[in-house]
Amino acid sequence: MSKIIEKEFFSKNVVKLVLEAPEIARSRKPGHFVIIKIGEKGERIPLTIAAANEKEGTITLVVQKVGVTTAKLFELEVGDEISDVVGPLGQATHIEKVGTVLCAGGGVGVAPMLPIVEGLKKAGNRVITILAARTKDLIILEEQMKEHSDEVIIMTDDGSYGRQGLVTAGMEEVINREKVNMAVTIGPAIMMKFAALTTKKYNIETVASLNTIMVDGTGMCGACRVNVGGKTKFVCVDGPEFDAHQVDFDEMLSRLGAYKDQEVAAYQKYLETVEV
Amino acid sequence: MENIIEYLKEERAQDWRNELRKGMKAKERTSRIRVSMPEEDPDVRNKSRIEVNIGLAAENAVLEAQRCIDCPDPTCITGCPVGINIPKFIKKIEAEDFAGAAVTLKETNALPAVCGRVCPQEKQCELNCFYTVKLKKTPVAIGHLERFAADWERNSGQMAVPKTEKLNNIKVAVIGSGPAGLAAAGDLAKFGYDVTVFEALHEIGGVLKYGIPEFRLPNELVDTEIEIMRQMGIKFKTNFIVGKTASFDDLKKDGFQAFFVGSGAGLPRFMNIPGENYNGIFSSNEYLTRVNLMNAADPEYDTPVISGNSVAVIGGGNTAMDSVRTAKRLGAKDSMIIYRRSEAEMPARIEEVKHAKEEGIIFMNLHSPLEYYADENGRVNRMKVQKMELGTPDSSGRRRPVPIEGSEFMVDVDTVVVSVGVSPNPLIPKALANLKVTDWGTIVVDKDSMQSSIPEVFAGGDIVRGGATVILAMGDGRTAAAGMHKYIQEKIKAN
Repeated sequence: MSKIIEKEFFSKNVVKLVLEAPEIARSRKPGHFVIIKIGEKGERIPLTIAAANEKEGTITLVVQKVGVTTAKLFELEVGDEISDVVGPLGQATHIEKVGTVLCAGGGVGVAPMLPIVEGLKKAGNRVITILAARTKDLIILEEQMKEHSDEVIIMTDDGSYGRQGLVTAGMEEVINREKVNMAVTIGPAIMMKFAALTTKKYNIETVASLNTIMVDGTGMCGACRVNVGGKTKFVCVDGPEFDAHQVDFDEMLSRLGAYKDQEVAAYQKYLETVEV
Repeated sequence: MENIIEYLKEERAQDWRNELRKGMKAKERTSRIRVSMPEEDPDVRNKSRIEVNIGLAAENAVLEAQRCIDCPDPTCITGCPVGINIPKFIKKIEAEDFAGAAVTLKETNALPAVCGRVCPQEKQCELNCFYTVKLKKTPVAIGHLERFAADWERNSGQMAVPKTEKLNNIKVAVIGSGPAGLAAAGDLAKFGYDVTVFEALHEIGGVLKYGIPEFRLPNELVDTEIEIMRQMGIKFKTNFIVGKTASFDDLKKDGFQAFFVGSGAGLPRFMNIPGENYNGIFSSNEYLTRVNLMNAADPEYDTPVISGNSVAVIGGGNTAMDSVRTAKRLGAKDSMIIYRRSEAEMPARIEEVKHAKEEGIIFMNLHSPLEYYADENGRVNRMKVQKMELGTPDSSGRRRPVPIEGSEFMVDVDTVVVSVGVSPNPLIPKALANLKVTDWGTIVVDKDSMQSSIPEVFAGGDIVRGGATVILAMGDGRTAAAGMHKYIQEKIKAN
């Protein structure tokens, strides 16, 4: 049981939730994720931890409404409880001083990138952060990112905020301007694929944090398997971060769609019950 | 061991046992035919979650119990990993003291209703029964009787809570709530310890819940056994991963004096053949977890599962049988086993193979997959298999499967479940720097105490064995509980 302490809408479809989870708050490190399940009939979904407050015993999740479980999460109010929250899971981000780090985040992927940006900055790196989204409303955590980055570049597909263009345009601009020692990318799989292709051109070591389908999150089921450098890896225990240049993003994209038909049907059914 | 033999002799010499023995001639007992387990109609059960074995009626249980001649040297017990006093519980059934039979079972076995269903008795107690060994007849149906006594007690609504020593307020941790952990927790509670069981998943029971299907082991029954353990004072903490949620050091600071690791087998193995990551290809762990633990086949539950029309399950173990029979129940037209050896080498229980055949499962023995193919959406639609033949025996003593060149052909499939074994879960070994593990990642323990290279850490079940049975895991749990008890008591004496 984890009580919701705070709920803040970043936009219509993106919400920030602060949960009571003292043990996880104490143990988690940047890069870790949790698995949540709502109620007896709920499914288990992974969500990356965006922040934690050890003193208060809380963790922060930023969630985009994409299906039944996230929609149910949106319905919960402050004071409500999430029946199951387990973690922290996965390997923590390896943070060290490398020089200049380019952090490219898309959509809600920006949230789990925040502790990484924070950590990289603390470790003494020059951190340039690119926040990308379809449109202005979906740009999140800009202020917090500015606080921990040397520079923040905003990119929107429709040009409603910052510069118009994809995340890769912003990345190329920085890479052409100055020496980048390392890149980090978190966001939709398709975005990470192109971010990885961009840095590969310039031979810049890049880490991607993958968010795949999971059931248990402890290595038991293998639903999260990805192909990294020709080898099958489990995102839950081997990841979630991998060398982005080695990840087979096309296979990952295909696997993310494994339950698309069921998910769409279930969401439709859910929306009908909610409207009634 | 001496003590146990003495104890068994004393028990056997009690008046009620003597009278029962006198009540019927041994010859009459041995002339009886073993009762058979009534089963649900295969064509009904293969479309539902209903349990396959119905259970013995009381009169048949008594008849079967009468077959047991109450040997002076009960060899059956030597085949039981948890050392159940088998003749005593069977004679209790003969005396129609069914509650007493259940109490006897619980003296050494925390989960009799489970073991009565899933133990491979044919390789254990029943293999060592007087009937099997000396008379060359079918053994006493010890497993069926165990299940009968446990079920009778549960259905009576008055389950006995095993007696525990006075609480000694010494905290011990059990990591993992599968059969190994539950057995260890049960015994530790009996010794008087303050036991907390930590479970990573949201439900207690481990493989009994996520792995073994309803039609073989109803979850409700596991829950009832766990409720009894709660009444013994055992605490359960779900959604808690030792080594992640809190470290061993954190728990030591909280006062835990010793740990039992029963974290299970963990990682599913794949064959690393082309196309194995296409959609519609699962590990048996994932497939069974979705259906058993997450209830994915019920539209009321949020977890989805792909219910294929043509399902191939790769492997020949019990988990493969559970998967292929689950697929049939989810509506597959063709549900087939693809196994690289012949039926004689199958690790699955004979009963499971028999049940599977009755339910219409197709067996493609002496075949092995080579490659998977997919449609434009990345969903598996065909697989290439190769015929095999048996060569010389390998290290396991089973004849080695040898591919027959040029025998490859295609099979249309839309779902594949890979059930070729598991590797130990690295979570615990990774969390304990000084823990000695084998090259395969299993924890190294002293066999007599199950103590690891770290004195306060004990381990058992699949994390030690790599992959075994429920009852062997439970045996380990009991051995470890005794080892932990000795370790803690010696430590107290030393101080």
